[in-house]
Amino acid sequence: MATTRLTRRGLLQRGGALIACSAAAHPLMTTVTFASAPWENRLVVIILRGAMDGLDVVRPLGDPAFMAMRGGLLRGRDDSLPLDGYFAMHPALAPLMPLWSAGQLAFAHAVSTPYRDKRSHFDGQDILEAGTGMDVPASARRDGWLNRMLATVPGMNAQTAFAVGRDELKVLNGPAPVMNWSPDAALNMSPQARLLLQEVYHEDPLFRDAADEAVELAELVAPDESTPRGAAMADAMKRGGGTAIEALAAFSAQRLREETRIAAFSMPGWDTHRRQPQAIGGSLARLSDAILLLKQGLGPVWDKTCVVAMTEFGRTVRENGSGGTDHGTGGAMLFAGGAIRGGRVMGTWPGLDEAALYQRRDLMPTSDVRQHAAWAMRGLFGLPSASLERDVFPGLDMGTNPGLIL
Amino acid sequence: MQDATIAAIRYGFGLRASPQPASPTAVLKSLMDADRVVQAYPTTDLDQARQMLLRAKEARIAARDGDPDAQKASDAARDAIRALPREVLRATLARICDADAPMRERLTRFWVDHFTVALTSDAAAALIGSFIDDAIRPNLTGRFADLLRAAVTHPAMLVYLDQVGSIGPGSRVGRKRKAGLNENLAREVLELHTLGVGAAYTQDDVRQFAELLTGLWFGPDRHIPFRPGWAEPGGETVLGRTYGSDDPARVADIHAALDDLSVHPDTARHVSRKLAVHFVADTPSDALVDRMTSAWMATGGDLMAVYESMLDHPEGWGPVGGKAKQPLDFIASSLVALGLSGQDVMALDRKLLRQSVMRPMRLMGQRFLRPAGPDGWPEEAEAWITPLGLAQRIRWGEQMPRRLVAGPLPDPREFLDAVLADAAGERLSWAVGASETVPQGVALVLYSPQFNRR
Repeated sequence: MATTRLTRRGLLQRGGALIACSAAAHPLMTTVTFASAPWENRLVVIILRGAMDGLDVVRPLGDPAFMAMRGGLLRGRDDSLPLDGYFAMHPALAPLMPLWSAGQLAFAHAVSTPYRDKRSHFDGQDILEAGTGMDVPASARRDGWLNRMLATVPGMNAQTAFAVGRDELKVLNGPAPVMNWSPDAALNMSPQARLLLQEVYHEDPLFRDAADEAVELAELVAPDESTPRGAAMADAMKRGGGTAIEALAAFSAQRLREETRIAAFSMPGWDTHRRQPQAIGGSLARLSDAILLLKQGLGPVWDKTCVVAMTEFGRTVRENGSGGTDHGTGGAMLFAGGAIRGGRVMGTWPGLDEAALYQRRDLMPTSDVRQHAAWAMRGLFGLPSASLERDVFPGLDMGTNPGLIL
Repeated sequence: MQDATIAAIRYGFGLRASPQPASPTAVLKSLMDADRVVQAYPTTDLDQARQMLLRAKEARIAARDGDPDAQKASDAARDAIRALPREVLRATLARICDADAPMRERLTRFWVDHFTVALTSDAAAALIGSFIDDAIRPNLTGRFADLLRAAVTHPAMLVYLDQVGSIGPGSRVGRKRKAGLNENLAREVLELHTLGVGAAYTQDDVRQFAELLTGLWFGPDRHIPFRPGWAEPGGETVLGRTYGSDDPARVADIHAALDDLSVHPDTARHVSRKLAVHFVADTPSDALVDRMTSAWMATGGDLMAVYESMLDHPEGWGPVGGKAKQPLDFIASSLVALGLSGQDVMALDRKLLRQSVMRPMRLMGQRFLRPAGPDGWPEEAEAWITPLGLAQRIRWGEQMPRRLVAGPLPDPREFLDAVLADAAGERLSWAVGASETVPQGVALVLYSPQFNRR
């Protein structure tokens, strides 16, 4: 089938965005052709929910204060993987070491959103995904920065961006058309059942559009299992009943090989108040699997890809009373892909001396996650800085180009 | 719209054959009757939970030497705990199916979500039955202060929000162990359970409140709800009021702070609004929320007065359809519509329970008692009626009625009339009549917007 009919209105409504022309019956039913996408490069955004402890992931072993404050969590062992003589990586990321060596893995340290002080996961994630400053009240944070980026580019089609999985991704909420699907869904109806379904859903746009989209999407996703790559992807897409992060990564790779240019998904499991070594080790191992599945699944397209993993905030510099860390401020973000100039830890290191900490408890943020995301999109898609600073991240000063994208 | 339809759909689990309250007064009155279904379908109480956790702990220690039999015993003890949420879900559905007061079941769902204890640990899985039946259900109709105190200090909450690992740094034990605070519970009480995230509290309030909460404790082997040796000495100032200046620290000081929070105007508005959002509309009017907030403030947080102010309001007792049922409610009201009794639910074998309830709920986006965080599940219809979620509801409607109903399925037209009455509408009536088969017609009713909304 050369064309697929998609109800753009359903896509619009996904995020609860306001629909201006809801009175007309089907004005937004559009026929989507698989026209060439606006760019060749790919961006994968992974939202790490729960506040990843950047200090444990990218350990500042060169900072004399670090071992004093984190000795308990490291349990005296030094199994960290040296990166650049100052920073070292958590051992659970060992499978990514070849990417580091090849310049396809990078970190930014001491980063944060503009969110401060209340340290609520939910507000922190809302602000991370909205990409706004603190001057925008919560009630006005209706769409996400990745969606606003899409909205600045003409000629976007519904296949360009995918929200993958069953978790709501506010970063892709907004007026630009976005697909949402999960590897574990499928819907096969008889023609008669489908006709009756359309009849009973006709007057309820929310149900009508959701059902139309479900039927279309189910037809788009099956990998070709006769190739080793396709078989590996098909296998990964079954993990966790199709809901594990590995499944989401494999599905994303599957779509990104085709018309899709943007994929976003999220991964919980970073809120390490207790027993942090076990908890973060397991989460990092899964994140690293997911990145390697993206690489395998994308094949040659990996060279055109940048993966960005970001979290709502960092965690306290000191360990807490229960073998973990509490909500903090400055954290770290991760970049991977063949399109990046990696093998380095970006950002200005503020130090861990008491006086250098934010409120004497947290890593002091020295750059904004939005700056790194903005430069990545500028490098990948050639978006003008003016638009990134005005439409995508309103009010942001992008600062100096870190030269992340090749 | 008829009173009986509004009562059943907005404040219950749908219309059904057996009688149920059909007016605002009757709905409220039903909450005052004895809680019969909790007797009929009990869950694990606190002592049982404690014993199971203790047994699992001892078995785990015994298995450290690598003895295979001891390992088997340890796995069995752990598996017994991990099976408990399934039985809590079963009891939840059985109670709904047999409820004389469906509103009690709806309120239980609401408050269990407001005071979310996500089942992220074995301890939470063991304790959740007691949390629901000892902390939530007995306190649905009293003062919010009592509900708040019971929920926040229940072992399940102490475990879930890490209070059991929070020790006053200046306390006797804290100084000896060099242990410290964990702010999690303090923060969520202020942000989620009482004032709301937009309210005027500061990081310092969170810190002080966390210090005040130190001493609250749970352990499977000893029944010690409060350990003064863990409590931070000295007074703590939360929202401008100082608690617990006298030594030794007392649990009464924590209760006093919770009592004050329970009648704070920000709490009244935040929680009233949440109730209105849950029962009436995703965006309720200010007038409704104002009225409920006033009732709250006028009565010192008497929950019956707050419920009454919602049910008596024209919006609270108007036509239904603005909200979408969450997956648990969709499945529960389908079981009610299909005529299953509590005993039928109790008799479902594990495999069928998994296939017809647990797995579909997960695929619809609501793994039982496992929301992503302590803020619970989203309320907006758009969060649930997604291509993914709806596909699963359609599939459920097509496949599950035949597997759950022992005899023949009902005539779809009669079924439609029985479960939706005057909420059905002409187009749906026509389509149900045009179905090719009985299962198709029944499915159509169950996945119709009218049945999925409330």
